[in-house]
Amino acid sequence: MTLPNGWEMVVGLEVHTELKTASKMFCGCANAFGAQPNTNICPVCLGLPGALPVLNVGAVELAMRIGIALHCTIAPSTFHRKNYFYPDMPKDFQISQYDLPINVGGYLDLPDNSRVSIERAHLEEDTGKSTHLGGTGRLQGADRSLVDYNRSGVPLVEIVSGPDIRSSQQARAYAQELRGILIATGASDGRMEEGSMRIDANVSIRKANAAIGNRCAIKNLNSLRSLQRAIDYEALRQVELLEEGGTVRQETRHWDENLGETSTMRVKEDADDYRYFREPDLVDLVPDLAWQDRVRAALPPMPAERRQKLSARLSDPTPAQLDAVEVVIDLGLEELVNAAVDAGAEVTLAISRVANEVAANIEQVTNLTSDSFCATVLMEQRGELSATQAKTVLGELLAHGGDPKSIASALGYEQLSSSSLGETVAALIEEHPDEWNRYRDGDEKLAQFFIGQVMKSTKGQANGKAVVSELQARR
Amino acid sequence: MKTAVQIARDVQNGESSAVDELNTSLAAVRARNDELHVFLYVDEEGAAAQAAKVDALVAKGENAGVLAGVPIAIKDNTCQRGIPTTCASKILEGWRPPYSATVIERLLAAGAVPVGKTNLDEFAMGSSTENSAFGPTRNPLDPSRVPGGSSGGSAAAVAADMTPISIGSDTGGSIRQPAALCGLVGVKPTYGLVSRYGLIAFASSLDQIGPFAKTVLDAATLLEVIAGHDRMDSTSLPEPSPSLVAHVNDGVAGKRVGVVRELIDGADEEVVDAVNRALDVLREAGATTVELSIPELRLGLSAYYLIAPAEASSNLARYDGVRYGLRVDAADVSAMNEATRTAGFGAEVKRRIMLGTYALSAGYYDAYYGQALKVRTQMIDAFSRAYHEVDFLVGATTPSVAFKFGEKTSNPMAMYLSDVFTIPTNLAGEAAISVPFGSGETGLPIGVQLLGPGRSEAQLFSAARVLEIADSRP
Repeated sequence: MTLPNGWEMVVGLEVHTELKTASKMFCGCANAFGAQPNTNICPVCLGLPGALPVLNVGAVELAMRIGIALHCTIAPSTFHRKNYFYPDMPKDFQISQYDLPINVGGYLDLPDNSRVSIERAHLEEDTGKSTHLGGTGRLQGADRSLVDYNRSGVPLVEIVSGPDIRSSQQARAYAQELRGILIATGASDGRMEEGSMRIDANVSIRKANAAIGNRCAIKNLNSLRSLQRAIDYEALRQVELLEEGGTVRQETRHWDENLGETSTMRVKEDADDYRYFREPDLVDLVPDLAWQDRVRAALPPMPAERRQKLSARLSDPTPAQLDAVEVVIDLGLEELVNAAVDAGAEVTLAISRVANEVAANIEQVTNLTSDSFCATVLMEQRGELSATQAKTVLGELLAHGGDPKSIASALGYEQLSSSSLGETVAALIEEHPDEWNRYRDGDEKLAQFFIGQVMKSTKGQANGKAVVSELQARR
Repeated sequence: MKTAVQIARDVQNGESSAVDELNTSLAAVRARNDELHVFLYVDEEGAAAQAAKVDALVAKGENAGVLAGVPIAIKDNTCQRGIPTTCASKILEGWRPPYSATVIERLLAAGAVPVGKTNLDEFAMGSSTENSAFGPTRNPLDPSRVPGGSSGGSAAAVAADMTPISIGSDTGGSIRQPAALCGLVGVKPTYGLVSRYGLIAFASSLDQIGPFAKTVLDAATLLEVIAGHDRMDSTSLPEPSPSLVAHVNDGVAGKRVGVVRELIDGADEEVVDAVNRALDVLREAGATTVELSIPELRLGLSAYYLIAPAEASSNLARYDGVRYGLRVDAADVSAMNEATRTAGFGAEVKRRIMLGTYALSAGYYDAYYGQALKVRTQMIDAFSRAYHEVDFLVGATTPSVAFKFGEKTSNPMAMYLSDVFTIPTNLAGEAAISVPFGSGETGLPIGVQLLGPGRSEAQLFSAARVLEIADSRP
């Protein structure tokens, strides 16, 4: 969406990602989603009197991976206390990084070749999770509030982009690309619906090249779709406000997915004072160069590089094919494509089957082995399966696993094996010598006649192309 | 009263038993605890179980530990699993920690028998134990006077022969000052030498657990047991516990000793006299002394009263009525929070939370907290320069002997000044010992302070032992 009357939106994103460490950031408790409330807790993550934090080296390493993938400088860093009260934050301060974060000054290139700068990607601990029952449903005025501290102390990295984003589509592309990187680095599972990746958008507007207006921070963006809708809504709200002669108040706004609008959550006052100071219970974090080099060397290729590599297997790819490549990389399934191609499949066919049929049932992908995928694609390519049949076999493989040949045969597709198709074609040639002679003399229209005959005798399950190659082989 | 070392030897030899030693200790507690108010909680059951365990080990012919069967008192800001731990505050009344401090674990492993939890100034904020929410502790040497603080209860336990040794914590002098006022050896170890895991924080960058004892040897023995790296404390020094007992009798021959004007000026004449006599003793033992001035030390008190409250304001934020301890119900969560903290904290704690919150606030940070951090750096540098010239420093521990109840409670500044000589060591993260040396007109003990760089405890114990020997001569 473009804003009217020469307005331009200026957007920066703050992405919080939970790190996929085995244990929490400052204690040995399991970092696991979905456990019974208050079962993964100990004196440290409960902030009990006397307990002290000990930094999880695994969290530092994942933060470094994110930093390296985003072209940041890994810097000597410190931890600070961010002091404020909330019942789900057991120490009433959050251990975070303030003026000296671990990763500074990087960038992220998007598939459309635009570049978004990364200001910092710092480590901090997550809070517990509150559930407010009855009354207002919020902390102030609820009948009861329940707190689950399982999430308390889970390691987070907050990735802060520069205010470089100019459209909601670009914001979405950034979030999607970043998600791919987080997954590729092994730092996060990128599950927005489980809250393991959470996005806040800072939105402001300006006339081209004019000063940037007051910004609003939008919270509760639980999907890429919400992100895009909320930014568009908010930017337009600000345009309307300014064009009516009003002013944009700097504040935090809540996105309501059902209403499709943002509303004031709290006014950002300058009095917001977290009284940051160095966390005296932790020591400085200075990852030495040898450690940085080890992490760098062990980093797998990032989505952009992988996209490029897979696209390079296509000659003169169409935009639709490039989209399919993006889907394959987003899902991390290029190995499936590569295996099929190495086994002799056409690249376009392999990509298409992964980007469409496999992608549509991605939650079942663990049922599909590389061998069975390759076999199915090759059967289709050899004409042993029609396109429709190949899709049906893939669907069956994703749903229940198994052997593609047995599935094809159980579905009654076995007569389409090349030998049986060959026999059918040979029989039809004998039955229709006149038509065969005309075809042999160059009347290509007669191919359609034979295809029709084959379809009739196979109840419509043959592959037209395969019939033609059988005919040509006998010309 | 036997020393800890004697008790451990007797218990291990079978000449005594841990149960007998515990009973002796408990009898002394019963005799005077009502009068002196030393213990907030006596764990007779747990102590009996630990004593029986030690005796069983001895019976099996096994080594029951360096502190086998030695009764010990624990300052009530140190967590012990299942035992009420209050920090002498109403806000933690009734709370029983589900875990034990590393120090407690090490004591139990060494065969020590924790008898109970001792009184302190609320959250260790004070110098007389008058800030305890449960009433003050009296000085066993003169019950009309304070035992010092904040570890007043732990000092009094040893001074009253209830236990031969005890555990305190020292943030600005809270071990050394009561040791001086009760005639004991008290040690503020190098920051990081003793794990803080399970010590309820007052000011995290200054807090350090340390020993009280009647003798230098007992203090060294106890410190050896509790010192050494702990992976549960990120600020813990990386090396294992140092060898201290082996060096107690090393003497001071050839040592260069700095006599610091700023650690003596302002003290009562009888205290200054004691320091001068201590210097004579050290010279007689072969040390050379040199007079020094470290002007930066004069800024210590001001810096301390910004840094310590700032950290405390954050450390004490968690006492909000949500999870444990006191909760005063109110209309909503903010009101509950306010009512709980209003009712739960005493005046001195509130004063320091407000001071610290202010010092960290936007717009004031640079002028107060930031400035204090600079002073702290200057102090570290100044000490470091001094230790290029001398091996250790000597001064007074406190400006005066034990004072009377109420003498300083009306004037917080007068109370704060009683820590003026001890605070610089905490700011620098270094080591210091207070050792009894002589007494004043009233017959009350005087403490001489020995200060050294980080990890210099062995050397300080050697010097303290020289003074201890001289002090015991008729």
